[in-house]
Order: sequence, then structure tokens, then C-alpha cells
Amino acid sequence: MIEDSKHKPPRWAEKLLSWYCKPELLEDLQGDLNEYFQRNVKAKGVKRAKLIYIIDVFKFFRLYTIRKPKFVNLLIQWIMIGSYIKTSGRNIVRNKLFSSINIIGLAVSMSVGLLLISMLSDIYSYDKFNEHHARIYRVLSRFEFNGDKSNNFMATTSIRAGQAIDEKLTGQEAVAIFRAGFEGDMSFDDKALPLRGFWANENLFSVFTFPLIEGDPNTALKEPFSVVLTEESAMKLFGSTDVVGKILYRNKDKAYTVTGVMKDVPRFSHMRFQMLGSLSTRAILLENEPREQAWDNIWQTWVYLLIPGNVNLEQYQASLDQLSNNEGKDLKNIHIQFRLQPMDDIMLGERLGNQIGQTMGSTMAWVFTGLAFVVMLSACFNYTNLSIARSIRRYREVGVRKVIGALSRNVRTQFLFESMVISLLSLVAAFGLFLLLRPHLIGLEADMQELFVLELSPMVVVAFILFALLVGIAAGFVPALHFSHINAIQAMKNIAQIGGAKKLTGRKVLIVFQYCLSLILIIGTVLIYKQYQYYLNYDLGFSSENIINIRLQGNKAAPLKKILNEMPEVKAISTSVLLNGLNDYWGSDVKNPENPQDSSFVFANKVDENFIPLHEYQLLTGRNFIPKAAEDAREDEVIVNEALLKRFNLGDKNSALGETILVEGNELKIIGVVHEFQYGRVANQTANEVMIRYTNREAEYLNVKIESTDLVGTYDKIAAHWKKLDNVHPFEANFYDHQIEESFRGLKASIKLAGFISFLAISIASLGLLGMVVFTSEMRMREVSIRKVMGASEANLIILLGRNFVALLAISAAISLPLTYWLFRNVMQTRMVHKAPLSYLDGVIAVTAVLVLACIMISSQTWKVARTNPAEVLKSE
Amino acid sequence: MKGTNLGEFEELVLLTIAALVNDAYSVAICDELEKNTGRSAKLGVVHAVLNRLEEKGFVKSKLGEATSTRGGKRKRYYTVTNAGKASLIKAKEVRDNLWSMIPGMALKNI
Repeated sequence: MIEDSKHKPPRWAEKLLSWYCKPELLEDLQGDLNEYFQRNVKAKGVKRAKLIYIIDVFKFFRLYTIRKPKFVNLLIQWIMIGSYIKTSGRNIVRNKLFSSINIIGLAVSMSVGLLLISMLSDIYSYDKFNEHHARIYRVLSRFEFNGDKSNNFMATTSIRAGQAIDEKLTGQEAVAIFRAGFEGDMSFDDKALPLRGFWANENLFSVFTFPLIEGDPNTALKEPFSVVLTEESAMKLFGSTDVVGKILYRNKDKAYTVTGVMKDVPRFSHMRFQMLGSLSTRAILLENEPREQAWDNIWQTWVYLLIPGNVNLEQYQASLDQLSNNEGKDLKNIHIQFRLQPMDDIMLGERLGNQIGQTMGSTMAWVFTGLAFVVMLSACFNYTNLSIARSIRRYREVGVRKVIGALSRNVRTQFLFESMVISLLSLVAAFGLFLLLRPHLIGLEADMQELFVLELSPMVVVAFILFALLVGIAAGFVPALHFSHINAIQAMKNIAQIGGAKKLTGRKVLIVFQYCLSLILIIGTVLIYKQYQYYLNYDLGFSSENIINIRLQGNKAAPLKKILNEMPEVKAISTSVLLNGLNDYWGSDVKNPENPQDSSFVFANKVDENFIPLHEYQLLTGRNFIPKAAEDAREDEVIVNEALLKRFNLGDKNSALGETILVEGNELKIIGVVHEFQYGRVANQTANEVMIRYTNREAEYLNVKIESTDLVGTYDKIAAHWKKLDNVHPFEANFYDHQIEESFRGLKASIKLAGFISFLAISIASLGLLGMVVFTSEMRMREVSIRKVMGASEANLIILLGRNFVALLAISAAISLPLTYWLFRNVMQTRMVHKAPLSYLDGVIAVTAVLVLACIMISSQTWKVARTNPAEVLKSE
Repeated sequence: MKGTNLGEFEELVLLTIAALVNDAYSVAICDELEKNTGRSAKLGVVHAVLNRLEEKGFVKSKLGEATSTRGGKRKRYYTVTNAGKASLIKAKEVRDNLWSMIPGMALKNI
């Protein structure tokens, strides 16, 4: 018998049973189950017995065993709501300080939550305008060289892949292909309009829901040289949408027939365009271009599939793999791996290269959710902490309620109700803040403007209210439990004895936890800012000072160069096809002439002879390019970096001079070796092997070095000259330094956001601390007065009252400072290419600033208490 | 009145209660049923039947002593009421009647 009682059935199952079972049946049932349980322990072992017990508890959940909800109870709750509202209201008014701390804290943090909700709602609305959005998949591809699977998947694939899927696979309903590059000036009569768009195949309109106002969706993009305009572009060009059959010239060159006018691309579409050109045009324009149909040309085409719901995706994936093996078998060492991505996952999905438009990315979403959660938690802690600290004042109320007949349940409901009232009041304030913050959040960065509208919809409003109620429950849960466990008799008998020191450790832990979170946020922000500064001041290996880069937008370089050279402020001008040190990448395959099998993709820039001196690139050996006058001169020289020499085993920098490499069929002689420089953005994994090629024909940018005291004035002058040459395209130019800074604008925006949220977090934590200090000081009023009468000085009293809090702050600082540095070094920086050196000084300064502020707050409150006249306090006893 | 008839399993349970005399509580009834019928009697089913029998007024119950095997919970003992006895006798009469109507020869041929 003694052995029997050693094992007990799972407690939660027992509780579940007693919760749902009718009281009159309960005891019998419990006994029966227990008896069986003991039998099973002997026969089948403890584990089985417990499992059987749990199953039995669920099995007994039957109509005749379950407790019927008592109508009376519901009625009582209903009647009591009036009373709850009254007491909540009175309490809010009675403790103005505490109520306002709670409401402000909750409101501030909830406004962040509201922003998050509306952001997520926006993201969720993306692409839902498509009738078949849940069945549309995008084909991702991965470039694998020699079986190396370490590359990331790209959002793009090849044109041939799209066409091969359409022709050879049967699982899909339709295939839509977008190819980048259909853009330019579309002109009609003498009116020209620069438009952007894609080349697209004829099935596009069967996959996506883009309704046509004019034209036939089935044939609009079928014939070569067809163009479909959006309503907006058509209105701008023609002033009407009834334009099917009109002829447009693209870049004053080829003629295109308008075959359709579609409704504008909806705001919440992950791709945006102003026109679409028929993909069949490319087959004619680029007939002799071998790369056009190459299986591994996977960088500029997006392919979307409409797949019927009953198709097994695993099987479909297998047929894609099969297709890739068949089609790509001519390619040596290269394999293209495909994968399907549901369209609904695009906006919040992984970060893929070559996205078709802006995406939010899961990291950003998680970080923002995490920050919002931390701030929310902090505000809830305040509520919990202050309510429990103050609970002493309400013990009598709860005692009376219980004596009259309130059950724990009723008290719990009452306090939860109260916290929900407060959180709903906060919601009103939070909503005001939300309206105030919204434009700032959207305006934080250009990308945000692209992505978000943050408009209210009935769904969002409902979500707001539910959110507020949830916050109320989260904040009030612990206090409600605390109050409901009060013993009525004790509460009535002697109030001073309970409460008091009890649970003080719990509250201290909460304060430390809260301050730790806030400090981690602040230190983290400071460290990210340091990293940002480090990027901006990174030695790029060339000079970017006082250089204006002008995008030529299709114009020839020579005429503009001629005009600008006449300006006294202009010191030098060079041309390039892209800008180094930013997010521009371009390159081609380079072969070793000794061994044509040995080839590798090398990043490159094409420049003129002024480029290297103007940017002060350092040549380790060799010379700069010698200008060539003839426009059709053959390219025969190249300047490379040391990494390239190493890659092709061309010896050291001196012996490599005069060696040749094979680029696009040309043998290029190495005439110089350039010192290491940043080809791409400092934050990105930079291309190791880089070459600088010479051209006197191609130029995308004019790099103008100016020397002037009035930089802005010079810029304006250049802009005026541009206008005279080209009145179609707006002047697009910028200072190089500014462009480098701009390339980090995402990081800058995150710093601003993180800074703002950590500011909120620390404010909320400080509010909570203030509340606690006020409360404890008031509680010790009598003690302070007696000490004062006995001769304690004000300084003594301030130290007495404040030292506990200062100790708590010191503990939080001691935890958070090393923790943040550790996290930053081992989590954040592991993925960074150029890591900023971290100094503890920055963190210490940030922490000190916060702690000094907190100390000032603590001492000002304690000072107030210490200064009170002891006679006033003691008199009332 | 609907529900005053005895179902087959109800009848078995009622008989078991009567047979166990002073020792008829749920677990014992289950065991006895299993022993006599050879089929497993699930506690859940027996419990539901006992509950129904009590509703119909065929049995009445009272709480007995607590044992440690039952986790300190008391047993609920069932006894057959007069109504229960009457319906058992009636059921038996119906059967006897029907049995007596079968000629000996007829049964042998089945």
C-alpha cells in the first residue's frame, strides 16, 4: 500500500478533471481513475499508467460529466461589471501619479506596437490583388560551380529556363517571364517620356491579375514590337487611354505598337513598372547574341509559375531538377539549381539577390518585432511592479469583497478588468502617438516610402483593440493573481503585516531585468553607430573628395565634357561605366591565355585615361592608360590588382607587367598593377579580383573633380549646362562622398529607429523606477521622520532611501555591458566583412549617461521626502 | 415513458450490482462484468450506464469509505431499488415467456 502511493497521476490532468467535472460526480470519478492508475502502475509501468490516466481524463469529458455553467454566476459577473468600472475609475483618479506612469508607459510602448501591426498588415496585403496569389510561385536559381553549393539563391533565373519550363513541363497552368531592361524614352510625335518596365511574355496576364482597359490580354504581348502601357503612362503620353494601334519610338530608334493599356500596377505589388514590351522582340533584336539564350545567364529574368492546387510540389521540383540536368548538360562544371518560392512569401521571405522590387525581409521584420516586444514588456513590467507595490493600499478593499462573498475568480476578473480599462485608455493616447509617428517612420528612408502606406482599415482597427486587450491581460495577470490569493481574514485584521517586504526580490528582479533590456538596446545602438562611422571613414583606396558623378543617361560624354571643361571650377573630368565603392557590380570572364580551361569571373570597371589620376588610385608598378583617338581602336591594355595576379599565377607585380589575359576574346596586356581598393560597398564581401579596362566609347558616368569654395553653386551651374544639352532627362548627379554615405542609408535608418526605440525603452524604465522610488519613499515616511528627529542629516537620508535603487542599477549595468559586447562581437559582427574595433569606452559612456539620469531622478525624489517636516508626519499618528 | 426499458448492457450491469450485494462500486462492477461475460468492460462505459440507471431510478447510491488506492477518495456504492428489481423481474419474465414458446424440436434444428 505504501508502495502504491509513491506514484501519483499527473497533476495537471487531475486539475483538468476537477475543473470540468460536476462536483457531485467528481469524487467518485477521481477515486476510480486513481484505483485504475495504481493497478496500471503495477501492471504496465508508471509511464504507461500516466498516459492511460491522461487519456481517461479526456475520455470522461462527456455531456453528463461536465459542469454546467451557472447562470447565476454569469449574472453576477455582469452586474459586477458596473462596480468594477466604478472602482477602476476611482483608483485611476485617486493615484494620479501611478495611473499616469502606467498610462504613459503603456501608451508609448503601444504606439510602437501599433506601428508594427500596421506595418505587418501592409506587408500582408502585398500581392493579394492577384486572384491566384496563393498558387503563384517564383523560380529561384542557384549558380553552382564545380558542385559548390555555397552560393545563395537568386530571385532571378534565365530566359531559357522560363521558356523550357513552358514548353517541356506539364504541371503548371501558365508561365510568366519578366526580363529586365525594357526602359528608355518613349516618344510620340515630339513628346518624349522616360519610362521603366520589363520585357514580358504573352502569358503574363493569365498568371497575374492586371486587368486591361484596352486591348486583348491573350494577344497583347504576343507579336514582336508590341508595348502595353499602364493607364498613367498612357494618360501622360497621349492624354487618353484609347490608344491601341498607335506607334511609339523607343529611344528614337525602334518603333513599337501599343497593343494594350492596363490598369496601373496596384500599390501593394512586389513589382512595379510603367510599361511592358513583348519578349518576342528580344529574339529579333538580339538574334546573334549567344548569351541571350544561355542556360547560365540567370541574372536578369524573373519567372513566375501558376501551379494548380492539386499538383504535388515535390514531384514538380523533381521535374525541375530533371529539366536542369537535361538542358544544362552542355555546360562544363556549372549546374543551375532551381527552387520554387511561393509568391506570398516574397515580401517577408529570405534576403535573395536580384529582387525584382523592394522587400521587407524576415530579418527586418523580426528585429522590429523584437524591439517592439522589449518595449511592451518593459511597460507591462511597470504596471505589474507598481500594482503589486501599491497592493497594500487595496488589501482592505479586497478583504471586504471576499468577506461579502467574492470568490478568487471574481477578484481576478476585477483586477484584470481594471488593467484592461487602463490599457484601453492607453490605446487612445497610443493612437494619437501613432498618428504623430507614422509620417516620421515612413519618411525615415526612401525604401520605407516605397513599401508602406500604414493606412487604417477596419481589420487594423480591430487588431489594435485586440492588441490593447491582450496588453491589458499581460500587464494585469500577475497583479490579479496576487490579489486573488489574499486571505480575507488576514487582510482585514492587520494590513501592515502582509505585503511589505514580501515579494520584494521579485520586484527587484523585474527592475534589473527591465534596465538590462534598455541598456542592451542603448549600448547596441551605440555600437552599430560606431560600425556605421567606421564604414564611412574606411580607406577606400582612392579619393572621393569633391567629385561630382553625373549619370549620362544615354547622352554622349564628349559634348558635356567640352562645356564643363570651360568652367574654371572644374579641375579634371573622367568617365567610367560604374562607380567603385558603391553597390555597382559588373564584370566578365577572364581566361588564362596559357591555359584556356582556367577561367574565372572578374569584376571590372571601364574608364578613360583620366580616371586613375583623378581618383588618385595608386599604381604599384606600371603606367596609366595612353589615350586612343580612334573610336574603333581595339582594346589591348588592362590594369589589374594583385589578387588577380595571384589567381592566374602571373608572378609578382613586377614580373607580371607585359603578361596577357584573355577577356571577351581579346588579349589584353597588363600595363599596371593597382593598389588594393574597394570595388564594392565596404559592408559587402568585396570582389577579390578586379581589373580596370580602358574605353573611349562607353561611359555611364562623368566624374567631375571640382575645386571651388562654393560647391553648391558649382553644382547648380553644371545642372544648368545639362539642361541645355538634354531637356528630357532630369539632371542626375551627386557628390561622391554623399553617394557613399547614401549607400549606407539602410543602416542609418536602422540606427535612427533603434535609437528611438531604445530612447522609449529607457524612458519607460525610468518612469517605472520613478514610481517605485516615490512609493517606497512614501512608505518609509514615518521612519524617515523619526530618524530626522533623532538627528540624521538630509544627505544621510537620501543615501538611505536611494542606495538600494542605485545598487539595482549598478547590477543591471554590470550585466548588460559585457553581455552586449559579447553579443555584438559573436552574433552581429560574425557576418560583417570589415569589423569596426570595439572600445568599451563607448558603452561605458552610454551606460553612465543613463545611470546619472536615473540617479538624479532618484535623489530628487528622496530629497523631497528627506526635506519634509517630521512634525507634520508624526503629528498625524 | 421513454428510457424506462432496460438495454442489454444495462440489464447486465443491474444484475451485477444485485449479485455483488454490498460491494457494488464502479471498479468492482467492471471487474465482475469482465469475469462473467469475458468481454472487456470499459470504465467510461460502465460509468455512463450507472449514471443512466440512477437517473431512471433503478439504482440508488451512497458514498462509502475512503482507501489509499483511491487517493483518499470515497467509493460510491450502488444498490438496486424496488423499481430496478421490478424491471429485472419483468425482463426475465419476458425472456422466460419467449423461451417457453419455443418448441424443443425447433431449437434443435437451428
